[in-house]
Amino acid sequence: MSATMTGLSGDGVQAVSIGAAKPVGRLADRVFVGLLWGCGIFVLVLLGLIIAMLFHGGLPAFRAFGLDFLWTATWNPVTENFGALVMIYGTIFSAIIAVVVALPLSFGIAFFLTEIAPPVLRRPIGVAVQLLAAVPSIIYGMWGFFIISPLMAAYVQPPLIEWLGPIPVIGDLFQGPALGGGMLTAGLIMAVMILPFITAMFVETLESIPPMLKESAYGVGATTFEVYKNISVPFGRTAMVGAIMLGLGRALGETMAVTFVIGNATRLSASLFAPGATIASTIANEFPEAAQGTLKLDSLLALGFILFVISFIVLALSRYLVRSNLKS
Amino acid sequence: MSLAVRRAKDYTVKVVSTAFAVVALFLLAWILFTLVQKGLPALNLNVFTRMTLPPGHEGGLLNAIVGSLIQIGLAMLIGTPIGLLAGTFLAENGKTSKLGHIARFVNDILLSAPSILVGLFVYAFLVNPFGGFSGWAGSVALAILVIPVIVRTTEDMLNLVPIGLREAAYALGAPQWKVVMMVTWRAARAGIMTGILLSIARAAGETAPLLFTSLGNNSWSTDLSRPMASLPIAIYQYAGSPFDDWVALAWAGALLITVSVLLLNIISRLVLAKTG
Repeated sequence: MSATMTGLSGDGVQAVSIGAAKPVGRLADRVFVGLLWGCGIFVLVLLGLIIAMLFHGGLPAFRAFGLDFLWTATWNPVTENFGALVMIYGTIFSAIIAVVVALPLSFGIAFFLTEIAPPVLRRPIGVAVQLLAAVPSIIYGMWGFFIISPLMAAYVQPPLIEWLGPIPVIGDLFQGPALGGGMLTAGLIMAVMILPFITAMFVETLESIPPMLKESAYGVGATTFEVYKNISVPFGRTAMVGAIMLGLGRALGETMAVTFVIGNATRLSASLFAPGATIASTIANEFPEAAQGTLKLDSLLALGFILFVISFIVLALSRYLVRSNLKS
Repeated sequence: MSLAVRRAKDYTVKVVSTAFAVVALFLLAWILFTLVQKGLPALNLNVFTRMTLPPGHEGGLLNAIVGSLIQIGLAMLIGTPIGLLAGTFLAENGKTSKLGHIARFVNDILLSAPSILVGLFVYAFLVNPFGGFSGWAGSVALAILVIPVIVRTTEDMLNLVPIGLREAAYALGAPQWKVVMMVTWRAARAGIMTGILLSIARAAGETAPLLFTSLGNNSWSTDLSRPMASLPIAIYQYAGSPFDDWVALAWAGALLITVSVLLLNIISRLVLAKTG
């Protein structure tokens, strides 16, 4: 920092002579500030353009099917009859599985990183958990397809089908042949992918809690877990809900990892093990067969628009919750 | 509740939490182990010297590697200045203005928005109206993914630069462009560099947005106006194929990508830790 300071004084002195007298300096400043504003506005325009183009592209499909597009379960390229229900269901359901699985793990790991781990280990373990977020999505897809799916087919799905399948109502979730893929496998893999995001925000929130609050609780004899449960988590709960929403938002739009394992069947099925589809996996999977100007391509763009709207709502809510907690 | 019960509960939760952390580390190790186990045997000189060839012809990934490098490079050339300036706008001019608040919100959305939709957008915006899949379209899609990462880190890092430093420069009469370029950017350069490295790592692993933009190409091409190969697309194509040699090549490519991405992540953290 000291090097910067010395560098600064030299440049600063120079700036006095330029800034005050020569109009060149003022012009440069105007151009620079204009560039800054331009790039700031560009970010806004970019989001607007993305929404507008997806809506525009999907418009023929919305025109052809109306609002029925949202709750029609047919996806038939032969008869050109398209509806988004199967994909919307798959998108939301698999993302919820991911969050439900990732949540206890994140709570535990955040507790471990902030309260239990020896200070020397905190950073390396924290970084290692974060590296899970850096592994590209397609790698999770391959790992899921070649490693996890066979394990699910051999050891997880058959016993679940056998034990839980005959139970009424709940049993509907555990039907069909054990193929290895499906909604549960996709959800589990996404859980690993969103775990680092949720954990990082949990840790950040927990570290921002005033030490005085925690020390007071320790002072009256609370155990470490009691302080975590009764002081830390309630204090940060708004931001922590925001973190969970961020994880949900990430899972909703996950593409490559899901495409490898979910089976890409556009039929509605209650079973966790039956092949299914999400909006993102359908777009990735069916796009190569969708010729320009066909209703199928329009329907895929319409699906994209729906996904954007869902993600936007979830991410905006997440951000609102995280920021409002920071302010209070 | 008696003290013994509370202590037992505390102990149990601690054990379970530690176990969860071990599970996370185990998962990372498992993924890396799988990549090394399946990718290393297939990683030979052919991978770097030969084109993608039909199954049974001992092909490599050269065109895919070069295609990825070109598209990532171009994406960084487009994305870095825009992201840097937009991030600077948020930190320097957008603190109190309404536009600043909205831009910050929009950037946070873009940061986590599904990458496949960015690909779909570029398809509808560039590919469809301008005559087909191209390396340009792929680069633009990656640039759009890179921008929010750079904006976010740039803003965060510039916010860490003490106000006094800026005020001192302004007090000497320096115009804003000089203050920003010679004082704030210089003071925050390690942090900004971190953001750029992290965004390269993000661009390197993205597959979905390239599906509809640069499409992939099985022959050698450096022509940006034609479909261009890329490592993630080649992996996607090969991993889903029924041919053993293609699947092996996909694992080699997967190992290559993951090692590069993780190294970039670790280096960027070291850069920040050393100077921050």
